[in-house]
Amino acid sequence: MQKLVEIVAGVTDGSLTATAVVEEHLGRIKARESEIHAFNLVTADQARETAARIDADVKAGKKVGALAGVPIALKDNMCTRGIETTCSSKILQGWKPPYDATVVTKLRQAGAVVVGKTNLDEFAMGSSTENSAFGPTKNPLDISRVPGGSSGGSAAAVSAGFAAASLGSDTGGSIRQPAALCGVVGVKPTYGTVSRYGLVAFASSLDQIGPFTSDVRDAATLLEVISGHDPMDSTSIPQNATSLVSVLEHGVKGMRIGRVTDLPEGCEPDVLARLEAAFDALRKAGATIVDVKLPSLQYCLTAYYLIAPAEASSNLARYDGVRYGNRVEAADLNAMYAATREAGFGEEVKRRIMLGTYALSAGYYDAYYGKALKVRRLISDDFARAYKDVDTILTPTSPSTAFKFGSKTDNPLAMYLCDVFTIPTNLAGHPAMSVPFGVGADSMPVGIQVLATTMGEQAMFKVAAELERAS
Amino acid sequence: MSDNAVLPNGWQLVVGLEVHVELATKTKMFSASANRFGDEPNTNIDPVTLGLPGALPVLNKHAVELAMRIGLALNCKVQPCTFHRKNYFYPDLPKAYQITQYDHPLNVDGFLMLPGEVRIGIERAHLEEDTGKSTHFGGTSGRIHGSDYSLIDFNRAGVPLVEIVSRPDIRTSEQARQYVAELRAILLAVGASDAKMEEGSMRCDVNVSVHKPGTPFGTRCEIKNVNSIRSVGRAIDYEARRQVDLIEGGGTVRQETRHWDDASGRTETLRTKEDADDYRYFLEPDLVPLAPEQSWVDQVRAALPVLPAARRNALAELCGIDKDGESAFVVVERGQDDYVRQVVGNGGDPRRSVIYVQQAFAEQGAMPKVPAKDLAALTILERDAKVTSTQAKSLLTDLIEAGGGDVVAMATKRGFEALDTGALEAMVDAAIAAEPGAWQKYCDGEEKALGALVGAIMKSSKGKADGKAVTAILQSKRKK
Repeated sequence: MQKLVEIVAGVTDGSLTATAVVEEHLGRIKARESEIHAFNLVTADQARETAARIDADVKAGKKVGALAGVPIALKDNMCTRGIETTCSSKILQGWKPPYDATVVTKLRQAGAVVVGKTNLDEFAMGSSTENSAFGPTKNPLDISRVPGGSSGGSAAAVSAGFAAASLGSDTGGSIRQPAALCGVVGVKPTYGTVSRYGLVAFASSLDQIGPFTSDVRDAATLLEVISGHDPMDSTSIPQNATSLVSVLEHGVKGMRIGRVTDLPEGCEPDVLARLEAAFDALRKAGATIVDVKLPSLQYCLTAYYLIAPAEASSNLARYDGVRYGNRVEAADLNAMYAATREAGFGEEVKRRIMLGTYALSAGYYDAYYGKALKVRRLISDDFARAYKDVDTILTPTSPSTAFKFGSKTDNPLAMYLCDVFTIPTNLAGHPAMSVPFGVGADSMPVGIQVLATTMGEQAMFKVAAELERAS
Repeated sequence: MSDNAVLPNGWQLVVGLEVHVELATKTKMFSASANRFGDEPNTNIDPVTLGLPGALPVLNKHAVELAMRIGLALNCKVQPCTFHRKNYFYPDLPKAYQITQYDHPLNVDGFLMLPGEVRIGIERAHLEEDTGKSTHFGGTSGRIHGSDYSLIDFNRAGVPLVEIVSRPDIRTSEQARQYVAELRAILLAVGASDAKMEEGSMRCDVNVSVHKPGTPFGTRCEIKNVNSIRSVGRAIDYEARRQVDLIEGGGTVRQETRHWDDASGRTETLRTKEDADDYRYFLEPDLVPLAPEQSWVDQVRAALPVLPAARRNALAELCGIDKDGESAFVVVERGQDDYVRQVVGNGGDPRRSVIYVQQAFAEQGAMPKVPAKDLAALTILERDAKVTSTQAKSLLTDLIEAGGGDVVAMATKRGFEALDTGALEAMVDAAIAAEPGAWQKYCDGEEKALGALVGAIMKSSKGKADGKAVTAILQSKRKK
């Protein structure tokens, strides 16, 4: 399968046509989508039109964008003008946004070809896509296993060759964990790097859009395009995109890589073995491995499951059946609200709305939400101390490789533990990415997570590129 | 006169006001849609206004500046602040939360002075967004419950508001009315809002309680839907009396929100504290903290106009009128005090200048068309008794219609010439001779008889006689 950078080079110099590229991907979708279910919607007609326009531009000698002809899949929680955007929820089924998310605008301007909207855990709440109202996505490497989540459809789409790249959103690991489970690269950039305008909010202070690609160079290329200040997002960092592709060949000589000595327990031994292998590879490449302590790490999961649901309970309150989305008629206003939300939301979404509502309630705020915010400050302080000493930190992305369908659905806490290594960076607003680094005992891919401090993407990509070379 | 003096048995009224004002920005608080009253419903909308999934708020800098103007005009401290979400479900609240300020508002700890050096503390003046406007059809209550259907206009949703919260320093309904009137004058003067209570761009919630002096404050009730300055007074008087009657009848006041019905002149329960929403306030994660730089605050402060109270004081001093009187208030409210100053500068009689402007220039705006020197000339004609006050009024009308002109020529044209004292005395004597009965009664101390005599003189002089001068002559003749 062609890399993103190869497609751009070929389409730009005329040795490839965007049309041929998109047909190749649509062909793979046709062949395997019915068993994988990566998409909520395949936008084949629009994709063909876009590709034809790019080919015409190339033929006419016009300048084409940095992603010319690249088939891209979008997580179905990013607004696409006139194209259904559902968040894999019945409550939004059929809703067509009147506007494009900023990332979508940037992709279109760069000449990307959107091939469809990918499946997710409803409103991005979950770690397996089993919480989608429209059925789960299968892991293309073994369809008896989950692809991870919540951006499972986006990870699967790249893994299965349905798209050269995709975008996901990451609130507590929703890009990195499915990337690890599907054997692709997934990046959660520094909070504020990529505009959230048009991303349907789950937990606003944690949500961040990022790329899935089949290698590190493609991820760097795509991230450079979608990054940058957006005046429509007040939390967007007011500075230009960082140059990432330029650092990929720099190597890690002299870099200091953190090994967390107090990593939470529960990680599978085969995954831990791959982590050790990763440290060895980096040491061989000239890096120094340094022990770091993150004592607040053990509280992060609990804090996250108060903060994220609290914000979600507010963010999802707008789905009330009044202005858009689906409404269940009832005798009076309050009955309509209740019936609409009862029918429209799935079990996990309801669970988190109730958790979050409770955590913010008068009399409980200080004990729950307030305390969780304190943990958030503590983990940031821990990281700040650690990053005085190291450039990046390495952990597993996920405690295990891709698990079987249904193995965690009866136990929400077991499912929540999938995010134990990914959540801390969301709380701190830091960047982190998952890189495939060999396989576990079940021959399924293992992802290694590279963490860095705020705006530390260059260091993070140097290490990721080195791991990729060593794998 | 509504005054807490009407409360029996030593009960003392305690009032605090929460006033919402829509800011006079071009666009909304968090989006680029127009902030304009009276447009076709649901035309000034966009993804942010409608709370569409994925839409994000971006703070309107002009709204912050207008809010700072209000704060500074109310002697507040402007401080670094944050935004919170206030969560509740209602169809005209598109996101199901209102973005407002909670524990760190923009403006804190100010005050506003009322006549008689009464100082009303301002607790805070914070920024927030307005909701859409619901209209309920069918049913009898005009409210959503029991109605057949409701329509929502989102043009108002997201319009920037400042909520000005007073301390419970108000002790009479008269003070409450003065407070609202003064606040409105300030808002207009600083250009922060058009402050039209009838259009809802200024709305008052009134907190009323009663207690006996020296004891803790009583339980308060919040009254909503008070849409005019007059209603503020009426609602407070009604509510205070209701609370006193309730307590004296052995009952207790419940903390609740009450609805003012202007037609019936009563308040009624809207919701009790028990069914009040838990708003689950938390820091708005879609916005960053707002910390206006000191240089910006200083700039806004320096650009503030002279405030109404100071202008009234100056006008009162210049013209020899009461600074808390209606003339000073009205003329300053219309922004005509500078004009009066010009009239006086042109030699106009100060007192007459301000009164003429108050009485005849209601429709003239801040800069009347009549040149200041012409109005000055008219006040001098009257002061020097060249024309009577009745004639002066006619000339004032002529002057306004013509947009200025030579008042002496106008007086001549109308045939106005003041009668000299000799001629007046002759007329008075003639009137006494013609109305001996009335004269006798007048001399016997029946003041009403004066009217018949003055009337006769005005008639015989064809209106040229100055009523005041005639009365003076009659009075002096009676003493003899």
